[in-house]
Amino acid sequence: MTPATPAVDRQHSGRLFFVVWAWLFALSFLSWLVAYFGIAGIPRWSLISVFMLAKAALIVAVFMRLAWERLALVFAIVAPLLALVAFISALNFEAVYIHSQRENYQGVKAP
Amino acid sequence: MPTDLTVAKKSALRQMTDDWSADQRVFRGVTWGKAMMWVFILGDAFIFACFLLGYLAVRHTTTEAWPNTAEVFTIHVGGKPIPFLLIIVMTLILDSSSGTMALAINAAHRRERKKCAALLFATVLLGLTFVGLQAMEWRNLIAEGLRPAHNEWGAAQFGSCFFLITGFHGLHVSFGLLFMANIARKVARGDFDDGRRGFFTGRRGRYEAVEIMGLYWHFVDLVWVFIFALFYLW
Repeated sequence: MTPATPAVDRQHSGRLFFVVWAWLFALSFLSWLVAYFGIAGIPRWSLISVFMLAKAALIVAVFMRLAWERLALVFAIVAPLLALVAFISALNFEAVYIHSQRENYQGVKAP
Repeated sequence: MPTDLTVAKKSALRQMTDDWSADQRVFRGVTWGKAMMWVFILGDAFIFACFLLGYLAVRHTTTEAWPNTAEVFTIHVGGKPIPFLLIIVMTLILDSSSGTMALAINAAHRRERKKCAALLFATVLLGLTFVGLQAMEWRNLIAEGLRPAHNEWGAAQFGSCFFLITGFHGLHVSFGLLFMANIARKVARGDFDDGRRGFFTGRRGRYEAVEIMGLYWHFVDLVWVFIFALFYLW
């Protein structure tokens, strides 16, 4: 890995960006198809999440050029983002619990 | 920098610990403009994450039924209902604007002034189309009775989440367009080639401004990826 210096800009063939562009289209279209065909439950959530994370990874790695940055910068950016994903997942479980409590104690649904 | 030559020989992980334990600076070879844009993006990511987190929390805790988004966001084409038609078109347009932006950055690295400016203007046009379609979506839904505090399809929180999340994202796109139009104008005029000074800062601009602008624009697309999946399709 050669250190990036501001004086020399990294250049890439335009082809790489067209390939990523095509992948973004394909992944968006695939996640739309999941909704179009009304796939429900766990398959729906897992498919949509996989397509979402794949798109996010492509954008961050190639379009935002994080793949070519030094590991020190990559680490500083990716670590907090992973913490966010963990935070959102944790509160998701918490929300499911609160929902069950409301159903149990507010008489919304007969037990 | 002579130290960088020795650092280059080390493994990536060792290099990272060296960078982080350096006395003077962590992000070697990264210009301040780029580093600061990344810091801003990180902060913005936390704001959007709080919105999405709050939305998922109210959606999962409410005992009222959440509106069926496939019905709310359906558009009829020739009498045939197509769910999320407008949303997928908006998504593909924003993805395309990211594509032209990436190509513009590449052109900027090659110092291809005209190509870079043309691609930036194309990105602005695609971004404007996105904002226009979003305004159309808002108008349609408001006409159908969607309000921040109530709606006819289900849980009331749906409206507040929708307006807050898509509104904040749309605001990001709009401000990004203003800045990008300015950068596109500068590139087209050749400011970064002849070192013309900026009217506000009085500093000479560099082609790196295109890359930094691109970081912001790709981030806006990145946020939409999560909104598209978690708010619309979930």
